[in-house]
Amino acid sequence: MKALARLWRRLPGTAKAGVIMLGVFLLIAIIGPEVTPYNPSVTTPLQAAAPSGAHLFGTTQTGQDVLSQFLIGVRLTLELAFWVGVIATALSVIIGVTAAYAGGLVDELLSLLTNVFLVIPALPLLIVLLGFLNGTSAGQGQLPVIFVLSLLGWPWGARVIRAQALSIRSRDFIAATRETGERSWRIIGFDVIPNMVSLIAASFVNTVLYAVGASVALAFIGLTDPNQWSLGTMLYWAQLGNALQIGAWWWYVPPGLAVALLGTALVLLNTGIDELSNPRLRDARSATKIASRRVWTTDPTPVFGAPDGHRGLAGLARSFSRKSLIDEAGVGTGNAEKAGELR
Amino acid sequence: MSPVLDIKDLSVAYQTPGGDVRAASHVNLTINKGEVVGLCGESGSGKSTLAYGACRLLRPPAVITSGSVLYSGARTGTVMPVDILRVPPHDLRAIRWRDVAIVFQSAMNALNPVIRVRDQIIDGMEAHLRLSKDEAHEKAARLLDLVGIGRERLRSYPHELSGGMRQRVMIAMALAADPEIVIMDEPTTALDVVVQRDILAQIVELKDTLGFSVLFITHDMSLLLELCDRIAVMYAGRIVELGSAADLKNAPAHPYTQGLLRSFPSLHGARRELTGIPGTPPDLRDPPRGCPFIPRCGFARPGCAQVDMSLIPVRGSRSPLHVTACPFVTHEGAVDAAPEQETTAPEGALS
Amino acid sequence: MQFLLRRLAFYLVAFWVAITLNFFIPRAMPGSAVDAVLAKFPQLLPPARKALEATLGTGNQGSLWSQYLTYLNHVFHLDFGPSLSNYPAPVTSIVANGVYWTIGLVGVATVIAFIVGTGLGILAGWRAGGRLDRSLPGMMFLQATPYFFLALLLIQVFGITLHVFPVAGAYDGINYTPGWTWPYIANVLDHAFLPALTIVVTSVAGWMLQMRNVMVTTVGEDYVMAAQAKGLSDRRVVFTYAARNALLPQLQGFGLAIGFVISGALVMEIVFSYPGIGYLLLNAAASKDTPLMQAIFLLITVAVLAANLLVDIVLVFVDPRIRAREVAR
Repeated sequence: MKALARLWRRLPGTAKAGVIMLGVFLLIAIIGPEVTPYNPSVTTPLQAAAPSGAHLFGTTQTGQDVLSQFLIGVRLTLELAFWVGVIATALSVIIGVTAAYAGGLVDELLSLLTNVFLVIPALPLLIVLLGFLNGTSAGQGQLPVIFVLSLLGWPWGARVIRAQALSIRSRDFIAATRETGERSWRIIGFDVIPNMVSLIAASFVNTVLYAVGASVALAFIGLTDPNQWSLGTMLYWAQLGNALQIGAWWWYVPPGLAVALLGTALVLLNTGIDELSNPRLRDARSATKIASRRVWTTDPTPVFGAPDGHRGLAGLARSFSRKSLIDEAGVGTGNAEKAGELR
Repeated sequence: MSPVLDIKDLSVAYQTPGGDVRAASHVNLTINKGEVVGLCGESGSGKSTLAYGACRLLRPPAVITSGSVLYSGARTGTVMPVDILRVPPHDLRAIRWRDVAIVFQSAMNALNPVIRVRDQIIDGMEAHLRLSKDEAHEKAARLLDLVGIGRERLRSYPHELSGGMRQRVMIAMALAADPEIVIMDEPTTALDVVVQRDILAQIVELKDTLGFSVLFITHDMSLLLELCDRIAVMYAGRIVELGSAADLKNAPAHPYTQGLLRSFPSLHGARRELTGIPGTPPDLRDPPRGCPFIPRCGFARPGCAQVDMSLIPVRGSRSPLHVTACPFVTHEGAVDAAPEQETTAPEGALS
Repeated sequence: MQFLLRRLAFYLVAFWVAITLNFFIPRAMPGSAVDAVLAKFPQLLPPARKALEATLGTGNQGSLWSQYLTYLNHVFHLDFGPSLSNYPAPVTSIVANGVYWTIGLVGVATVIAFIVGTGLGILAGWRAGGRLDRSLPGMMFLQATPYFFLALLLIQVFGITLHVFPVAGAYDGINYTPGWTWPYIANVLDHAFLPALTIVVTSVAGWMLQMRNVMVTTVGEDYVMAAQAKGLSDRRVVFTYAARNALLPQLQGFGLAIGFVISGALVMEIVFSYPGIGYLLLNAAASKDTPLMQAIFLLITVAVLAANLLVDIVLVFVDPRIRAREVAR
């Protein structure tokens, strides 16, 4: 618990915003479907009605309640993205670490496989795959989407994880454990992987981000099960129902905005993880204020008391934490003469 | 004759969330024309901080909290001395390289990997001197000659050169604008001994020919003893001893210096046991009162906690310029009771 | 040179994998999926039906290996047969029509976005923590927004509400005839504006964020500090020392991201009914027009691979170490 609190404090402000946003979405995902005011699939005569007291998000062209669809959509989309994240990240860890550790031909082959799947454009391939499955018994529900997204979602992480695993492998402490005779999988499990936690976390977040974007896009095109009320499907029906032309913005703005905000939250989270692990990014943000004046990384080192614009000696003094160097400057440890020399 | 560079009471701190790290405290150091001054100390002693801080090259969160760096060079048209710490950025840029140049420690990292050697030497020139393209090119070629590299290397990229060659390029680059002072930050640490020898000999030759001063920073005391006119020893951000190379070699006047000298073998003289200096340097965030060397000093005594670390002439020494921060040591290296004026602290000066 | 040859070999392998995937996917599909395709086109003439079965791997075709060889033969002769949803137009002619629109729109917009985004990223990285950084969360939001959602919004605002720009098609077929005439070109530009804006706005954010992060790391390098120690002008330090080096990972990132950018743009085409290959692909998938789907997939793959190769060529020019690294192997 304490470690989490410490972690929280170290996160930059934007990352904290991301975590909070994510939390809100998770909340919606968990309780949303329990509190839907209406059955999302039920049609009513109240067609394409603007938001009102009865329908907070308005209705669709067939009179369905947009809010109810939205609440379910958040859960379905997050669920799907989460599973893809788990499966694809697991795959990328397995492949990446195996490639790094097995070395030789296995590494060459796995790397080739990874790079090939990285460079082949994913979305068109997904479209082809789902083009076949769509509308058939095999294409129902979320499973086929989870399946194909996971199939194509691992290469990115695998590449990064392999690189990191390679560099860890060459580090001295691993050589040391090898000398003590520990078996490979133990080394991997207990020494290598714990060192890659932040990388795996970042990879997971990235994969979830990709899954959200891809699943929404595929649903929008109509290649996923249109009976599942995911956010993408809402957009699909909105497009089909000419929401634009009839001006029913309440139909497509909530799901679209939700996807954008969800994506933003994930990116912010990732930035936070990035900054935690890359000291330079962190320094760029934190170490730029001295005496409430902005100091760029590339500026000359600021000088206390310099007349050329570093205003506010008092401000500068106050900005120093704990031990005040100004106080000390006046207090010698026995040499009153020296104290007099200073301003 | 005023010194070319006069560092007065320079203090540098790093502002961290855990407190301010005083990397350098109240350092006084002068460099005279044509002199080679060595700056010696272990990692974290503040030697690089001092040198880069004097040029305001330290990155955030570094702050210079006191002092001035007065430069009195041969430049005409400017009122000397000039305080490098207080000139506006435009003038600072003009002083850099033209008056004070730096040879960095790791040449591979300090050279721009994507532009040719020729361009890197020339841009340092063009920023400060008025030269035609041909003149600049010829000068760059001559610089390479000076450091012992073939002219055809002008067209090379840094990664195409060996470690020793890269370091020589760095030196040539530093000399491009005819500086008065060249600061050399561990220029040979990463090289093997043979190359090291060559390059050091080259530096001395260049210095004699071109007449610049050198501030040579290293942790290798043996190098400095051979190379320098004067040597300053730093510990925990403070200068603890300053004197000529002969002074330090024959009569080191600070327990830390003595420790340093004992920790490497000499080719001459009787074989003796090598001793290191036990312990670790202090945490510079919260330095204790008095001398920072107390925990590791074999001669520590109660009076040490009242020492204010100002540099005083070594007792009994014939060289007036040999100063030390330890009031208890004599020029024979003996550490004994201090003379009267040091031990009693004035009332009320301590909080 | 060796570097480029190795890259070329890699792309050829990748292409071969794509071709082979194309071959195996229909055969890996559950039976119900295959039946669904056949059921969609009950009235095919025998030659077309045979071609379809060859693609799907149904019927009596001979061994898997011989089917594969026949398939490879077809691919290399660019013979994909007739499009099923546009019967009897051959796939190749349909695709050819769409390619021009997509390259013109997506290609140009992507390059513009890359240049603008990289430029902004250089500034943001140089002055990290400054005013430009305040726009970062906004940029992240834009980057996370699905292309097509932004497209919908733009259409709503500019197309429908404000009536400033047209909302569908590549040009107005009723009033304008294609040709190198200014009215036609103006009309094309008019139609291309919103789609291009969508691509630029969404992808600029991505390039900017990436370049900023790379710049921040690069600015912290020793050689940038050394450049400042030389008293060089800020301009030279930013561009020749920092940005020039930061450009390398940025370009590599560009290569990797091309696939994503193109994918997003394709989906956006459907929102605008822009007759590029994205629009064609999506319609083909919806109507289960297998030959057309496969052909377009291969085409997109080739385009992405070619773009990657182009980036590699640029990289060789920009980074002198690449040639050395290859020689050292």
